[in-house]
Amino acid sequence: MSDKEILLSVRDLNAWYDESHVLHGVNLNVRRGETVTILGRNGVGKTTTLRSIVGILRKRTGEIEFNGHNLMRLPLHKTAKTGLGFVPEERGIFSTLSVEENLMLPPKISNSGMSIEEIYDLFPNLYERKTSSGTKLSGGEQQMLAMARMLRIGVDMLLLDEPTEGLAPVIVQRIGEVLQTLKQRGMTILLIEQNFRFASKIADRFYLMEHGLVSAGFDANELPDRMDMLHEVLGV
Amino acid sequence: MIMIFGIPIQAFLGQLLIGLINGSFYAMLSLGLAIIFGLLRVINFAHGAQYMMGAFAGMLLLTWLGVNYWFALILAPVVVGITGIIVERFALRRLYNLDHLYGLLFTFGLALVVEGTFRYFYGSSGQPYATPKLLSGGVNLGFMYLPIYRGWVVVASLIVCIGTWLLIEKTRLGAYLRAATENPILVQSFGINVPLLLTLTYGLGSGLAALAGIMAAPIYQVSPLMGSNLIIVVFAIVVVGGMGSIMGAIVTGYALGIIEGLTKVFYPEASNIVIFVIMALVLLVRPAGLFGRDA
Repeated sequence: MSDKEILLSVRDLNAWYDESHVLHGVNLNVRRGETVTILGRNGVGKTTTLRSIVGILRKRTGEIEFNGHNLMRLPLHKTAKTGLGFVPEERGIFSTLSVEENLMLPPKISNSGMSIEEIYDLFPNLYERKTSSGTKLSGGEQQMLAMARMLRIGVDMLLLDEPTEGLAPVIVQRIGEVLQTLKQRGMTILLIEQNFRFASKIADRFYLMEHGLVSAGFDANELPDRMDMLHEVLGV
Repeated sequence: MIMIFGIPIQAFLGQLLIGLINGSFYAMLSLGLAIIFGLLRVINFAHGAQYMMGAFAGMLLLTWLGVNYWFALILAPVVVGITGIIVERFALRRLYNLDHLYGLLFTFGLALVVEGTFRYFYGSSGQPYATPKLLSGGVNLGFMYLPIYRGWVVVASLIVCIGTWLLIEKTRLGAYLRAATENPILVQSFGINVPLLLTLTYGLGSGLAALAGIMAAPIYQVSPLMGSNLIIVVFAIVVVGGMGSIMGAIVTGYALGIIEGLTKVFYPEASNIVIFVIMALVLLVRPAGLFGRDA
């Protein structure tokens, strides 16, 4: 894995909400085809890191390079065109749009995305409810719709913010299966997850965040040796 | 003589037609307001001034350049739409992060400046704008005489309202607009240029007001105050329909125009206040409006 090109590189990322300094120099890399999970307790800056990378949070300094593009210089609406797909924690399903309209909303950025038929094969529930209002779906279905929306447009990398939060175990298992399928297809994934058990089955590498900083980074095969530290920091 | 609810049918249908014509203008104006509020969250008090500018643009195009009604019907909304785009790009955009009140106060001030400027140059009295030859005259329907131009206004307004509704509800662009109304930041992160969408939306809303203005010119005459006389009623209609609701603006516009017209037959004393009474009742029973979504 380590000989693959670095797709996303974040250097010395600082970010603020108004006067509140939230990120204090985050450094991380994600290589093409990797699934990387950011672990950490609530409030350590995981979501802020993703929002800063995408550019939703504009008050930031540092370097963010993705796919050869300097994301710090791009306006928000041009970030998606570099191949970065963001699935927010709150899923971002639009109530005034049907399931299919939600799915078709983002403009395609390449032809490498899944066809609508492939998406409905992967998420049959969405096909059955394609004319329903997006927010009439269950939490799990909304999560799948939010992910499917990004897969259709042909992104190179998915940023997933807590995809399993608040979902029933059977739905969590289904999302895990979908992520495994995406991994097998070569999708690069940066995942934020509080559900350590879920993340441990999917991720190739982990970053641990504390107090707005990445405090540790390690491969999945190092997990057994790191369990004491994770237990202490995360309480898992 | 045929009577309906104790009223001669000619009087009844005559007022129904007047109500429908007023309703056509109410619908077109409240539609523009609803679109602007829905996406920009700006309570556009300049809408009446933009309606007036549409009528003046038609009149000035005719007197200065000899542009007839039909070309003015396209050019006046484009000209006023472009002024709207300039206003949004250089002024309104700076107010989006502030309370709604700032947008309201800015557009209110803008309306006063525009109306004052037109009053300075053209005076307060109305100036005539001839009905286009093709639409002059009338048709005897047997029970009433229908001026062709007024029939055209009703039909054209329906086409504009249905066309705008289809644009917003059934097209990809409309889906962008609806999604951006809910969560503009996320829509922008999908690669959609929301600031440009906001600019064009304000231009579209202003253009719709101007279209209503040029269509009103042959009926109501062209006056700097024609918009300010109408705008309060139109705001009441938008509140009844539900702020930001496109369908609410259209249906309520026609319905309240007709109700206002019929009130003139059955209880003329109340005809000037009936829309405001309905607004007050709707606010009490359903604050989000008849078609609005609860906050």
